Amino acid sequence: MARAVTQQRKIINTTAAWVIGLLIFFPILWTILTSFKTEATAIADPPVFLAFDWTLENYTAVMERSNYAKFLWNSIIIAGGSTILGIIIAVPAAWSMAFVPSRRTKDILLWMLSTKMLPAVGVLYPIYLICIKLGILDSRVALVIILMLMNLPIIVWMLYTYFKEIPGEILEAARMDGASLKEEILYVLTPMAIPGIASTLLLNFILAWNEAFWTLNLTAANAAPLTAFIASYSSPEGLFFAKLSAASTMAIAPILILGWFSQKQLVSGLTFGAVK
Amino acid sequence: MATQHSRSAARIMMAPAVILLLGWMLVPLVMTLLFSFKKYLPMRGGDLGWVGFENYVRFVSSSAFWPSVSATLIVVGGVLAITIFFGVLLAILLNQPMWGQGVVRILVIAPFFVMPTVSALVWKNMFMDPTNGLFAHLWRFFGADPVSWLSEASLPSIVMIVSWQWLPFATLILLTAIQSLDSEQLEAAEMDGAPPLKRFAFITLPHLSRAITIVLLIQTIFLLAIFAEIFVTTGGAFGTRTLTYLIFQRVLESQNIGLGSAGGVYAIILANIVAIFLMRIVGKNLDA
Amino acid sequence: MSFTTKLYAATAMTLITAGGAFAENLVIATVNNGDMIRMQGYTDDFTEKTGHTVEWVTLEENVLRQRVTTDIAAKGGSFDIMTIGMYETPIWAANEWLIPLNDLSAEYDADDILPAMREGLSYDGTLYAAPFYGESSMVMYRTDLMEKAGLEMPEAPTWQFIREAAAAMTDRENDINGICLRGKAGWGEGGAFITVTANSFGARWFDEDWNAQFDQPAWKEALTFFVDLMNESGPTGYATNGFNENLNLFQQGKCGMWIDATVAASFVTNPDDSTVADKVSFALAPNTGKGKNANWLWAWALAIPAGTQKEDAAKEFLEWATSKDYIELVAANEGWANVPPGARTSLYENDNYKSVPFAAMTLESINAADPKNPTVDPVPYVGIQFVAIPEFAGIATEVSQEFSAVYAGQQSVDEALEKAQALTNDAMEAAGYR
Repeated sequence: MARAVTQQRKIINTTAAWVIGLLIFFPILWTILTSFKTEATAIADPPVFLAFDWTLENYTAVMERSNYAKFLWNSIIIAGGSTILGIIIAVPAAWSMAFVPSRRTKDILLWMLSTKMLPAVGVLYPIYLICIKLGILDSRVALVIILMLMNLPIIVWMLYTYFKEIPGEILEAARMDGASLKEEILYVLTPMAIPGIASTLLLNFILAWNEAFWTLNLTAANAAPLTAFIASYSSPEGLFFAKLSAASTMAIAPILILGWFSQKQLVSGLTFGAVK
Repeated sequence: MATQHSRSAARIMMAPAVILLLGWMLVPLVMTLLFSFKKYLPMRGGDLGWVGFENYVRFVSSSAFWPSVSATLIVVGGVLAITIFFGVLLAILLNQPMWGQGVVRILVIAPFFVMPTVSALVWKNMFMDPTNGLFAHLWRFFGADPVSWLSEASLPSIVMIVSWQWLPFATLILLTAIQSLDSEQLEAAEMDGAPPLKRFAFITLPHLSRAITIVLLIQTIFLLAIFAEIFVTTGGAFGTRTLTYLIFQRVLESQNIGLGSAGGVYAIILANIVAIFLMRIVGKNLDA
Repeated sequence: MSFTTKLYAATAMTLITAGGAFAENLVIATVNNGDMIRMQGYTDDFTEKTGHTVEWVTLEENVLRQRVTTDIAAKGGSFDIMTIGMYETPIWAANEWLIPLNDLSAEYDADDILPAMREGLSYDGTLYAAPFYGESSMVMYRTDLMEKAGLEMPEAPTWQFIREAAAAMTDRENDINGICLRGKAGWGEGGAFITVTANSFGARWFDEDWNAQFDQPAWKEALTFFVDLMNESGPTGYATNGFNENLNLFQQGKCGMWIDATVAASFVTNPDDSTVADKVSFALAPNTGKGKNANWLWAWALAIPAGTQKEDAAKEFLEWATSKDYIELVAANEGWANVPPGARTSLYENDNYKSVPFAAMTLESINAADPKNPTVDPVPYVGIQFVAIPEFAGIATEVSQEFSAVYAGQQSVDEALEKAQALTNDAMEAAGYR
């Protein structure tokens, strides 16, 4: 009896979850499907779901017009560079906060988060001028630094919460064995925090990948990432749903695939200290 | 374990992050403050001297100011309410035994990977377009007049688009929190005959309070800054001009940096009010 | 190192630097309109002729404006050539941000540029941007529907006729709207359309002392007329329709008339995209008999930011892209209907082009536009659907947002005009005009 109930419940759960899951995923699915239609099919009424002549013409058109590889490469470098740099700077800070806490630790953490509240557009001109002075306008370096600074508070916060879960005794034992601070962090702490670091890496990579204000406004021909690529396909003249879908699919596919492969890490690690 | 030695080491190790963020905060902040007291018009020769509090007065006295504050609060509040409510439900559902859990989880978190610009473009054109959008097709199929979403229900539409993007984030965090819930406790309550709603209210929800707080805090920070979703969909028309967007209009569309900077200072103040409010809640739940 | 090797090395260096100075790499910011995308496909022709290479930064119109304005105001130097409009040109030229184009080559024949375009892209009599294509606005209408309604379109219709015709052509059952017009917020979208409509009703943005004029009866009359017209015969949800939305509606046969940019004529008559390609005819933009037609003047033009290191190469590109040869090149490959229109007199004297159905009306519309005297009453500004002052883009975007809220039924005409009046005066005060 009890078994039958659970079985029945499992069926209900499965159905409900799949329906909701597909509903949430549908806009992405629809975009991907539309990218394989002709412009005329893309707006057909009633809409066609699968029974259309699949075509690659939109992808060909987009590839012909834009140097996709260059945009993609810039996105990878900028998102990856800023995340890795951020983690290098954040690990020691998070270590200090987690293992040598003081009265002000919490304040510092919250203050760090509050730096994210300054509206970016207000300082566009100053930052633009600084970039010109330093000669790093339209360079990946500028974006790596700026996005790193933008995400640093989140990175510190995440790492701090992971580090806090590691029992201090283990570090103490390592120290008893004569490990230096550097060794302690590199060989004891970091390996233990790998799952946490992995999900920090992922989340911030996603955030940096999707950042669309600075990446658009500080780049021209050299350092423009996929956010700028998309800006050349939004609202052109004439019908554009299919080409827009193709460009959109190309812009989100890399990160979607990365996300899917690493969803386990993301799911298990994304706690922000929510789990005690 | 906090020896004198490790204290000073800790300070040194915190230094890079703190100094960098201090710089990242101070340089723009000082510049914003400086410009906010100036008449600064790049199209008219740039810096035209000090004007005292003129920009501040002008910014709040504009008819756009209060509506923009309320639009900001509606968007932030609406998205928070939706993502947390559905996030909790989804997290509970996803925590149940089922077939294909991994795949469903992938489907649910996918929107988080989509860049805001793309998601806004997709929603605006392929779903909400009153002529060729999917919703319009659907409405016509049922014999109804298509709705012009972005003008007739502009704020709800934007709240919906943004919620779609952030629901995965809330769900993920709440899911990890729920997974850590002691299932024995729930089973014991079930044995005692506690109905599901009671079990939820007295066991699950209190357990989730910390996670909910975190979601609230992190999302608020990002939601206060949303821009692309508005820029792409309505361009600030139909009452969707948030404070961030108003500042954008002043700085980039009107090319009035002084006025925009004064707006920036107001935005910082608003953000801090929200932050203090949040800290109050967080502080209780977040004994760091 | 021996003397000869040094000599060789030095010679090699000279050659390299000379070569470097010759073959430049130009970064060009442009808008993602059809004609510009087409031009990108012909870049190889330019590279072959001059040796210079080109890198395109193609952006959607709003993003492009934001990008190039920031860059030129901050003197960022990110671009060697910028695609700008008639609005930006005189303002930027006044700030000395653009390189004057007074020494273009003889074979380029700058005098061939249409006078209206030349005027709109000049400051103090000097040309600062070369028109890639130019446009005015005109009525595009369906001949079959007009016939069915038993009406005949005059060459210069009045607004009253347009309203009657629109009502007669409207067929809600068959999803046909008598008229499709721009209602979308934004100074270059619905803002431009309502401004030219207002001009034809005798309204103006400012009086001669830069006082906003939204409290005047002419504005109320124009806005009320527009809203009534659209409510009677326009598509639902027109408050969010801009150029592209209307283009798609018209191409799908859902509009009886469409008053918009003359460049749209080549899209609606192109049988590849348009279901009504063979049933379209053209007329001048409407008027109210007060002497001004509701048509605008615009050009997408190429300009060179001052301070560029590559002035010569940039000029070469600019001459190539806006030359007669380029027009010939496009005509040879894609037909005369697809050449960039509205820039050169010689194009309209070309017999091949005269047979293009919309050529004559486009030219007539362009000639009917006078950016120096845009309104019935005198104004202190230049520009027809815009006011060539730096503050205008910001003000007009906000004003058009108020109007769009009227189109969406969210506020009354009076409320919108009152807000428009207040915010315009406020912004003009902030800028120091009043």
